[in-house]
Order: sequence, then C-alpha cells, then structure tokens
Amino acid sequence: MRPEAFFQLFEALQAGLGGEEILFAGLGGERSEFVRLNQNRVRQAGSVNAADLGLTLIRHGHQVEGSCPLGGDNEVDLARAQVLLRRLRERIAHVPEDPYLQYSTEPASSERCIDADLPSSEEAIGTLTDLADGLDLVGIWAAGGVMEGLASSLGHRHWHESRSFNLDWSCYLDRDKAVKASYSGFDWQPDVLAHKVNQQRAELSVLGHPERRIEPGRYRAYLAPAALAELMDLLAWGGFGLRDHRTQQTPLLRLATGETQLSPLLTVIEEHRRGLAPAFTGEGFVKPDQVSLIEEGWYQDCLADARSAKEYDTVVNAAAEYPESLAIAPGDLATADALRQLDTGILIGNLWYCNWSDRNACRMTGMTRFGTFWVEHGEPVAPLAVMRFDDSLYHLLGDRLEGLTRERELLLSAETYDGRSTDSALMPGALVSGVDLTL
Amino acid sequence: MSTATTLPPEPQPDTLRTIARRFAHTAPPCDYWSLRLVDEVHEGLAVRDDVAEPSSIGASRGAMVTLVADGGVGYAATADLSSSGLAAAAERAARSAALHARLGLFDARVFPRTSLRVEYQSHVAQPWDQMTLADKLGLLTEACAGMDLGERVVERAAWLGHHRVHQLLVSSDGAHITQTLEHVHSGLAATAHIAGQTQTRTGGGRDHPGQGGLERLAATTLVDDAERVAAEAVALCEAPECPSGQMDLLLLPSQMTLQIHESIGHPLELDRILGDERNYAGLSFVTPDMFGTYRYGSSLLNVTFDPTLPGEVASYAADDEGQPAKRVHLIRDGILERPLGGELSQRRARLAGSACARASGWDRPPIDRMANINLEPNEEGLDDMIGRVERGVLMDTNRSWSIDDSRNKFQFGCELGRRIEDGELKGLVRNPGYRGVSAHFWRSLDGVGGRETLEVRGVRNCGKGEPNQSVYVGHASPPCLFRNIDVFGGGL
Repeated sequence: MRPEAFFQLFEALQAGLGGEEILFAGLGGERSEFVRLNQNRVRQAGSVNAADLGLTLIRHGHQVEGSCPLGGDNEVDLARAQVLLRRLRERIAHVPEDPYLQYSTEPASSERCIDADLPSSEEAIGTLTDLADGLDLVGIWAAGGVMEGLASSLGHRHWHESRSFNLDWSCYLDRDKAVKASYSGFDWQPDVLAHKVNQQRAELSVLGHPERRIEPGRYRAYLAPAALAELMDLLAWGGFGLRDHRTQQTPLLRLATGETQLSPLLTVIEEHRRGLAPAFTGEGFVKPDQVSLIEEGWYQDCLADARSAKEYDTVVNAAAEYPESLAIAPGDLATADALRQLDTGILIGNLWYCNWSDRNACRMTGMTRFGTFWVEHGEPVAPLAVMRFDDSLYHLLGDRLEGLTRERELLLSAETYDGRSTDSALMPGALVSGVDLTL
Repeated sequence: MSTATTLPPEPQPDTLRTIARRFAHTAPPCDYWSLRLVDEVHEGLAVRDDVAEPSSIGASRGAMVTLVADGGVGYAATADLSSSGLAAAAERAARSAALHARLGLFDARVFPRTSLRVEYQSHVAQPWDQMTLADKLGLLTEACAGMDLGERVVERAAWLGHHRVHQLLVSSDGAHITQTLEHVHSGLAATAHIAGQTQTRTGGGRDHPGQGGLERLAATTLVDDAERVAAEAVALCEAPECPSGQMDLLLLPSQMTLQIHESIGHPLELDRILGDERNYAGLSFVTPDMFGTYRYGSSLLNVTFDPTLPGEVASYAADDEGQPAKRVHLIRDGILERPLGGELSQRRARLAGSACARASGWDRPPIDRMANINLEPNEEGLDDMIGRVERGVLMDTNRSWSIDDSRNKFQFGCELGRRIEDGELKGLVRNPGYRGVSAHFWRSLDGVGGRETLEVRGVRNCGKGEPNQSVYVGHASPPCLFRNIDVFGGGL
C-alpha cells in the first residue's frame, strides 16, 4: 500500500467520527519474496502480499483496539475498516475507563523511505547457488518492501517504508558441523556475497579437522558478535522494560538496585536513530534519538512505552519495552587480535536457544552452534562438539569480561513471525576469562 | 447494562466457496493447483493489577495459491481476494514454480495432490458470544482480585481469549476440505517479590489450551485458581533452592507437555531429518535408519500422533496438504516406529509418516508440524510413583526451555518443585531445573501414570520454519517418573 492510499483511507474513516471520538490508525504491510534452500537447491519458493489495519478508538478516557486485513481495493478496504470502527464503537461503551491511556496530543508528521537496489529472486538465488556450488547450503532469501504507517484524528501522519534483502544461510560439513553467514542490506553486490561464501569455504576446512570434545567446566572464550547478540536477545526479554523494573521482574534487578555492577567496559544503548524500525510509536510519540540503558557497567534508564510511562509517570522513549535497535559500544580490542588474546579456549561463533536458568541471578543457559572451535595459541585447531553453557551475565559481562572488539557487526534480524522484522543490533565481539559449560 | 460481545460476523462458507469457485474458473493452465482460503477472528481481554488492559478484536483473511507447473512448485499468498488479486497471486506462484523447476531440490511430480472432500468443526457447547464483554471483564477482574495477597504480590494478571479459524482448501483434483477450529484460552499469572527474590506462578488454564467454547472455562478454574497461584508465588520466594545432584525426577503433566514437545516431537519432524530446518530450527539426532529398530525409551514409552482426539488443541480432519488425518504410533513400547512427516516429506524420504503438514496462516506454506503428540498412559497412580522415590524432586509447570539444534542436550526449568524423600512428598523448592540428553533421558523412564492421571494440554507458540511460523500444538500426558537425572536449583 502506498502512503497516499493509507492516508486517504484514514481521511474517509475519520469523516465519520463523532465529536468526542479520537481515532489512531496503524498500518503494517509487506510485499515479500521468500525462497528456502536446502542442499544448495530450492526447497520452497513463494511470495507474500499482506497488509493489516489497526485501529484504536478513544472516547472519554476509554479505549478499544481492533484490526482487519487490507486487500488493496480502496472501496473494499474502506468498507472493512468502517465495519471494524462500528464494532469498536459498540464495545467501547462496555469497557471501563483506562487510567493508563496515553497518546500524543501534538500532531506530527514524518516520512522515511529507504529504497534498495534489489535483484530478482531468480538472479539472487542463481548467483548464490553458483557461488556455493559443491557446498551443502541451507537457508532463506527474503526480499521486498516493508511498510508501517500511522494516522490519527489529532493530525499525526507518519510513514516508514524500507525495501531490503536478507540472505541468511549456513553451510554444512556433516551433521551439526556448519558455519553460518548472512548478507543483508539495500545494495546487492554479488562480490560481497562471493567473499562471504569463500570465507565459509575456508572455515569449513577447519571444521573438517577431527572434532574436539571437552568436559564440562570453565573455559576462556571469545564470543563473536552474533553470539553476543544471542545473549542480548534473551536479556531483551524483560531486561530493559520499565514495567519489568518496577515490578521487580527484570533479570537486571541487582544491577538496577546497585547491588551488583557489570564491567566498566560495557555500555548498552538503544539507538532509535540508527535503527531500521519506525521513528514513531503507535500512540503518535516520536522516539528520542537514543536511550542509554547501561553506561560503563551501571544501569541508566529503562525503555518506557506509552502505557508504562503513564502508569509510572515518566517520559515515553520507546514503542515497546524491548530493544529494537540495540548497540553495545565498541571496546579497544582489535578483532584481528582477539584470538591471540584468547590464546587457548573456545571461539564461539553463534549461540542458540538461550533461556533463563534463574532470572534473579541473571543466569542463562544455551547451546553453542555454528562455527565454534577449540583454539590453541591463538589458532582455531578443531571444531568443538556442541556444548551447553549455564552462566550469569553478571560474570560474562561483569567480572569476567576482558575486552570488547573495536570493530562491530550490524546484524539485521531475519525473524519473520509477524512479518519481516525491522529489528537490528550493532555488536562487538567479547573476550571473557571464563564461561561455565555444563553438558 | 451490558450487551452481548459483538464479533465480526461469522465467516460465511458460501463466501469462501464463492471465492474458490471464481478461482477455479480462472485458474491458469498448470499440472495442479490448490487454493487455501483462511478466515480468522480473534479477541483478547486482560486485567492487570485490577485495571483492564485495552481489549482487542482482530481478523485476518487471505489466500495461499500453490501451483505445480513444468516440474516446479511455487506459492503466493495474498490478502486481495478479488479475481484480479487471485490472478496476480497465481502469476507470482507460477514465477516461483519456474524458479523451483530450474533449481529445485526435488521434482515437483512428488508434490502431493489431493481430491479429499471432508468437513471438520470443533465442538463448541457454549459459544464465545453467549457471554457479554462486561461479564468477561468482570470474571477477569474477580480472578485478578483473587490473587491480591498484599504487597508481596507485585503483579497480577488474568486473561481470556478466543480464536476461530475457518479454512477452505480446494484443488484442481476436486478437493473440498472445510475446517473450523475454535479455541478459548485463559490464564493467570502472579508475581511475588520478597527480599531480592522474584517468583512467578501461573495457572487458570495458561498451559491448558484446547478446542471448544466458553465451557472450557469450567475446566480451567480461572477464578478458583487465583488464590492458590498467588500463594504459591509468595511461598516460592521463601522456599529453599532446589537441591542439586543426581536424583529421581517426577514430572507432572504441566512439564511433560514441554518434555514431549522438545525431545520427542521436534526430533521426529521429518523436514528436520531431511535437513530443511538446519539453518534455523535445527536438525535431529534421529536418522532415517532408526525407524523400526531404535530404542528411544524404556518399554513404558508409547507415543502417538493423534489429530482425532476431541477437544485437543490440534485435532483436525485433514492437514494443509489435504491428506486425511489419523492416529498412528510414533513410538511403541519404547521402539521408534515412524516420523512426523507430511506426504511431501514422506515421498522425499521414502518413509511412512503422518498427516501433519500445517501452515500457521494463509500467508505461509505448510511444513511438517506436530499436531497432537500424546504420551499414552500406563497404570500407575501419582502416589504410587511418589512412594517409589527415595530421593528426588517433583516438578510442576514449565518456565524455561533450551535444547540443542539436534534436539539432544536439553535443560528445562519449572515454576515449582517439591522434594520427595523416602516415598513422601516434602516441602517446596524454588528454581527447579534439570538437564539431560534426549537419546538417554527417555530410557530412564520408570513410571507412567494411569488414565485417570492423564491431562490434555498443549502449547500455543510452537515456532519453526523459514519464513517463521508459529502454531498451536496439543500434548496429553500423565505424570512420569525418571531415574537418576541431573537436577539443580538457582543462584549465581
């Protein structure tokens, strides 16, 4: 859907509002192509055109929400939206006043369109499968446009649209021995892809060495940016939200109360301005450029959405109470020097399936996966059999954090559960003096 | 005065039928096509700390066009159900089929065709709209108030939801499969905080999803469960940590659900075994040669794929490839019999499977999924199993799950534990967890509860696939006893 079509639909919807009604409308849509690959061949190829309209009707301090699909025919879509609005009117009389209702009363508008030079799926997949000839490649190509819009009867008009590609794949040597890579962005360059595939071929040669099995225990480790991002993904589940802090459920409670400090090397920022997510919230608030969450090991601020900000009397600084554009500030360790500093230990390329062992202790568990090697004297010498870790971030990013890399990787989320995600993370690698492996 | 909750109108089968008929008349020339039309409505209500959260209603409607042409198969999903919208989708599907024909993993001639004609509808005794919106919110408010045990309970939430999916699958071979699945779900969560320790306890049907209408609320005891849930959250804050070491483990059905799901259900998915999921959800320690001979567990282990059990969350008449659903054994007397694989995977792997190719919605193609994966009861009572434990822990309600990409090394955590000593149930312990390896864990199964202990549960967030898909999955199980397991508690 184009922005003008969305705003016209809203104008028509708004024309029927009663004098005391306030209406917010949000649009989420995508036109995506998806191609799954297995054994360097196409497993499933297809495309998705979808758009949903979300409405929030507000009257005298009461609010109700609803959503309906949009098919692209203006008349049909308007009729559908009007039916939804009528139903919301019927419901609003039967819900109590909402003390935490909050929306922006200052009209604002914005438009951000990120275009891309996208190849066709045929071209991209043809290039990839040629480059990966002979490799057991498995993964997904996702490409196309994602759009989000917001309009309100108070005058808000926001539009955010981006076209991008996200190629996420791994190459297998045998069973669970694999290396993973991704190539995503806006400017398709086959040479960049070729470099990444060649890099994987080199990594696969080390994976071919006999597997090293180690006993549970504590080991020095270097966590590549993708592995650190997995830890932060879990921490995002309740770690930074204002409500989680005020109800004492955050795994960072000891940090927030000052009982424990993380490493002074650690600074964590929600970078709204740098990110790919819309700059506005569903209630019409404009996000600040950034929110400092942890600074040099001390807790700074929470992410507060409109509802929590009203409940706890603070300022709205996020669309939702979890990071969408997280960054960890770089350190002074050169990536090229990281394995030499590690000396002997584990290079962890990726982690997988992290979850909490004990939130009170910020203790999490997860598995090593993809590109994890035993390192001796700064050189990867053998692939490591998958191992389970169970350790606290108060250690891994606290007293055992030796360094963060100077270089960082921008990781665009490949998640597609609720449409193609616009989340991203900017992560350095992390050198730790010990990680506890348990199984 | 309250009025009846108003939902979007019932999806009219005639309307979907009309769309299907229109498509059939204009379908492009090809070897085979199918059209899956999906019409969903849902509603969500919640009360948190005695304040009603914004209520929501929603709908989703769209079509998945699948085409087989010239040796390739392609799909296209669209919310535009007009003739031109479906024609455009068919064109996109044809382009994808051409790509598949050129670079496909398999010849599209193995793609399953269906001519099945069948109907299925969840049994609903009390329709969702028989209760007013105000009464539903009143029920949640009462449940939320029931968890108010003072300032130590720092957050209380009660919720209630409804979900109805109406689907019509037609094909160029004459298939006409109409299915309406309806679910009502509810839940409670109370979080307590005492002296640096935070504990959450859930109940009220949270892990009890099932098909049906409001009559399901009677079984979930939404209001009656409230005080117990909050009291246990408080008690857990003050309980000692779960002991650590090798000991016996008694899992209630509320944890068996997760144990079955992660270390039997997922490893047996044939698309994992075929390698499709290796970039995301992972592969499996199970290999094709194991079927028919591999000892998965002790002789007490009997597991079925059963999409026919009335009321279980993932019961249906046919899967999304249009194959008829029937009950089959996956594991019999501990021996692995067959995988969870739909018709396409079966043909690729040359293995017998089960009708389990499912899609999360109209915008995703079907892939191999669990439906209802049930652990069959034996004959023992819960007290009898407790009586056979010298030193162990009983664990109740999953709260943490993690397993490797081969579905082998796992670590799970529960909300609540109780020590068992010399055949007797003792006090609460907090942060109970255990670790194991699937390939060995099920062989330590030493007790399976009888039919009277069986509970029909499930999960509503089973994720896999690229692009990602999340579906409802049912699991029925009695409590089970495992010997000599690595158990642990919390702390830094």
